Amino acid sequence: MKHIRNFCIIAHIDHGKSTLADRLLEHTKTIGERDMMNQVLDDMDLEREKGITIKSHAIQINYKHKGQEYVLNLIDTPGHVDFSYEVSRALAACEGALLLVDASQGIQAQTISNLYLAIDNNLEIIPVINKIDMEGAMIPEVTDQIVELIGCKPEEILLASGKSGIGIEEILTAIIERIPSPKGDETGPLQALIFDSVFNSFRGILVYYRILNGSLKKGDKIQFVSTGQEYFADEVGVLKLTMTPKQEVKCGDVGYIITGIKVAKEVKVGDTITLANNPAPMIKGFEEVKPMVFAGIFPVNTDEFEELRDCMEKLQLNDASLTFELETSQALGFGFRCGFLGLLHMEIIQERLEREFNQTVITTVPNVSFIAYSSKGDKLTVNNPTEMPDPTKLSRIEEPFIRAQIITLPDYIGNIMTLCLGKRGILINQSYLTPTRVELVFEMPLTEIVFDFYDKLKSQTRGYASFDYSPIGYRDADIVKMDILLNNEKVDALSALIHRGRAADFGRKLCEKLKELLPKQQFQIAIQAAIGAKVIARENISAMRKDVTAKCYGGDISRKRKLLEKQKEGKKRMRQIGNVEVPQEAFLAVLKLD
Amino acid sequence: MVSAICTEAALQQSYIQEPVDTIYFGGGTPSLLSPAELEQILQQVFKQFTVNTDAEITLEANPDDISTEKLTYWKNAGINRLSIGIQSFFAEDLQWMNRAHTADQAKACIQLAQQAGFNNITIDLIYGTPTLTDEKWQQNVATAVSLNIPHISCYALTVEPKTALDKMITLHKMENVNSETQSRQFTQLMQWADDAGFEHYEISNFAKPGFRSRHNSSYWQGKHYLGLGPSAHSFNGISRQWNIANNALYLKSIEGNVLPVEVETLTNTQQLNEYIMIRLRTMEGLSLNEIAARWDINAVHKLRAGAEKYLKNDMMVLNNNSLILTRNGRLFADGIAADLFC
Repeated sequence: MKHIRNFCIIAHIDHGKSTLADRLLEHTKTIGERDMMNQVLDDMDLEREKGITIKSHAIQINYKHKGQEYVLNLIDTPGHVDFSYEVSRALAACEGALLLVDASQGIQAQTISNLYLAIDNNLEIIPVINKIDMEGAMIPEVTDQIVELIGCKPEEILLASGKSGIGIEEILTAIIERIPSPKGDETGPLQALIFDSVFNSFRGILVYYRILNGSLKKGDKIQFVSTGQEYFADEVGVLKLTMTPKQEVKCGDVGYIITGIKVAKEVKVGDTITLANNPAPMIKGFEEVKPMVFAGIFPVNTDEFEELRDCMEKLQLNDASLTFELETSQALGFGFRCGFLGLLHMEIIQERLEREFNQTVITTVPNVSFIAYSSKGDKLTVNNPTEMPDPTKLSRIEEPFIRAQIITLPDYIGNIMTLCLGKRGILINQSYLTPTRVELVFEMPLTEIVFDFYDKLKSQTRGYASFDYSPIGYRDADIVKMDILLNNEKVDALSALIHRGRAADFGRKLCEKLKELLPKQQFQIAIQAAIGAKVIARENISAMRKDVTAKCYGGDISRKRKLLEKQKEGKKRMRQIGNVEVPQEAFLAVLKLD
Repeated sequence: MVSAICTEAALQQSYIQEPVDTIYFGGGTPSLLSPAELEQILQQVFKQFTVNTDAEITLEANPDDISTEKLTYWKNAGINRLSIGIQSFFAEDLQWMNRAHTADQAKACIQLAQQAGFNNITIDLIYGTPTLTDEKWQQNVATAVSLNIPHISCYALTVEPKTALDKMITLHKMENVNSETQSRQFTQLMQWADDAGFEHYEISNFAKPGFRSRHNSSYWQGKHYLGLGPSAHSFNGISRQWNIANNALYLKSIEGNVLPVEVETLTNTQQLNEYIMIRLRTMEGLSLNEIAARWDINAVHKLRAGAEKYLKNDMMVLNNNSLILTRNGRLFADGIAADLFC
């Protein structure tokens, strides 16, 4: 145990975490250059493209230092705000963390919140300034920021470049010399922290854990403490570039276990693995992850529902944080009400459905989970606008709030204040981390960041703002259900739960957008936004006056037939709301409002 | 080019088995052909194919190409129908359309043709252009009627993508066509033509009894046809084919005795869709009996069900088991056809 080091890397997106990880693996010959695919740790295409690690993984490095063999377990952490709980569990599996900061970008909001998590978990922090050879590197400024933030000495900060391999040796030395070895009772009852699980189509679910006490042997009968489920350890081992089976994974080490579990839902990150016949208590910090954002996902063609169901089930096999249940919409037919950890998670699911499963889907207006109290005092969780009870039967509604942390340059404070206050934010704190770096903390309704917050924040600050949030419970809210009507027919898929004060503006924008997207038809179309019976916005689409081409002679027939066939195909993909034909783009309109 | 067309006629000799009932010189400016060239082509056609003695032989002519001399040649060569691209009888419109002829020529050429013995004349008129007021439109139609023209083809100005007109409109140098105006002028036209005793026998075509274009009617009746020359289209009931559009490549290919064609074989459904698309434009409409005979009864049921809403909203009537567009329905013929496609 003395020669094990468990560590992770805390970094903002694009600060070079994956590249640095690659260099560590190369330098220690964990992987040969021939196996080297850039950024080994991010192995989903999507992750590589988005430049973020969606699901954490782990890899074991063997390294000789001053004649002694060491085992270094690098635990990778997901890099987005939506996955903060997973990050906290990965951090809990480590004794130390590399705090990686881009020399030209400086400290970002997400880095700070993860750093706080790491400090909460008593991790030894090794600050590293990365990309020091880049043009625009501001080593002294970034050094000041780090010193300010963690109170270290400037000389404790390592300088590195993942790209050119500068500082790799020093980082490895620091990991061994500064990060404490794991402590634990080697002979006590098994207590292992689950920090991740991955679906493998041949092996079922692989569970990744860190052993805090005891050891895990092949063939052991184990138990997951939170679920009480028991399994046999069919295979245990450690994670090199590939899985390396072992007879036993010992105290302090990081490993995997295969038990024949087929469904990711059975494995909960943060849960404890123990032995069925010699159980240990739950490791503290376990939480059931709850979805924060909900949206309907529907197949574009109604007859592809079964296929979509199949894909959703497969997706859930390796993404336990995705929840879904059957939903029917008058406009869109059969589909699913899905729960996501956040907006990015939603985008990822949608993209994976399209890329990995070849599904084209319509995603409806996302909403958060509201709590509605009836006048009788009943409490109802509302994840879908259609579930919102009639306002006359309600005494009040509560909405989830978040603590939003934004780090930016002083120039953009004004814009951010305007943005956040306009989104019902309450400024809690404003502090200068350094003279050129400001941290703003707001309490805000989560529902306000569900629509267009990220894009707006980005454009208002020219990208010079980083954002992080954590939920802080429910508060009273004046929420109304806004419906969209086309020629007086309600379009359930476009209904939204929204703050009363924002409804008029939102309704107007949505009506304008729909006016752009709906094709003219042979009759006039009235687009209305309404709260209950009260119309708050209206647009008209005038009737099409003619739809006939002039000539249809011998040379025109073929081209014309093809044109009309194409038109017919396009119409097939439209949805009929009353007498109005609605193209799919219209259902996505709401996600693209300015 | 003329000799290449004659060579092609020989190469295509077996394409048409049945006797030829109509011949049409069109597409481009056949009125520019010299008498000898016209003669050469016609002789070749008569040599390669069996041509009915009362065949309709049409020549497309620009007003500024028409002279007593040419008219005599054409008459002697056997041309018995003229299609004249009048477009408008007003100078302002002709200028806007960039036509070579004048308003005076427009009228004069018709009278010349009639004096030369051409009674079977059709003219083209354009509506929905920015310069054409409703009054002028009415006068254009009235002039045609007063000149005793037995057949008129009327086209709404269409802005084709990537044309000069399209570009001018995009650059806001020219007003875009107004679909409301076009719709109104088309509706007016239908009434005026009816009042003057014309049959509105196809969306864009109006004829006095006995003066329908036999040639164009064959397209709409699904008859077989052979087109000769660059870009010409042919149809044999099952496949459509068209010659390459590029003149030089056409000549080169024919020189090597190779037909420069692209062929498209139609599936059963495609044939049905074409039938729907074309027939819906005619005053006889879509014959459900014919569909039952040529395709199957399921197609009839489908069409009947699809037509229901158009029957209800007065776009269509069911007459003698044929679905026929009303005047209102004719404004939406394309959308309705696409909707009824199988």
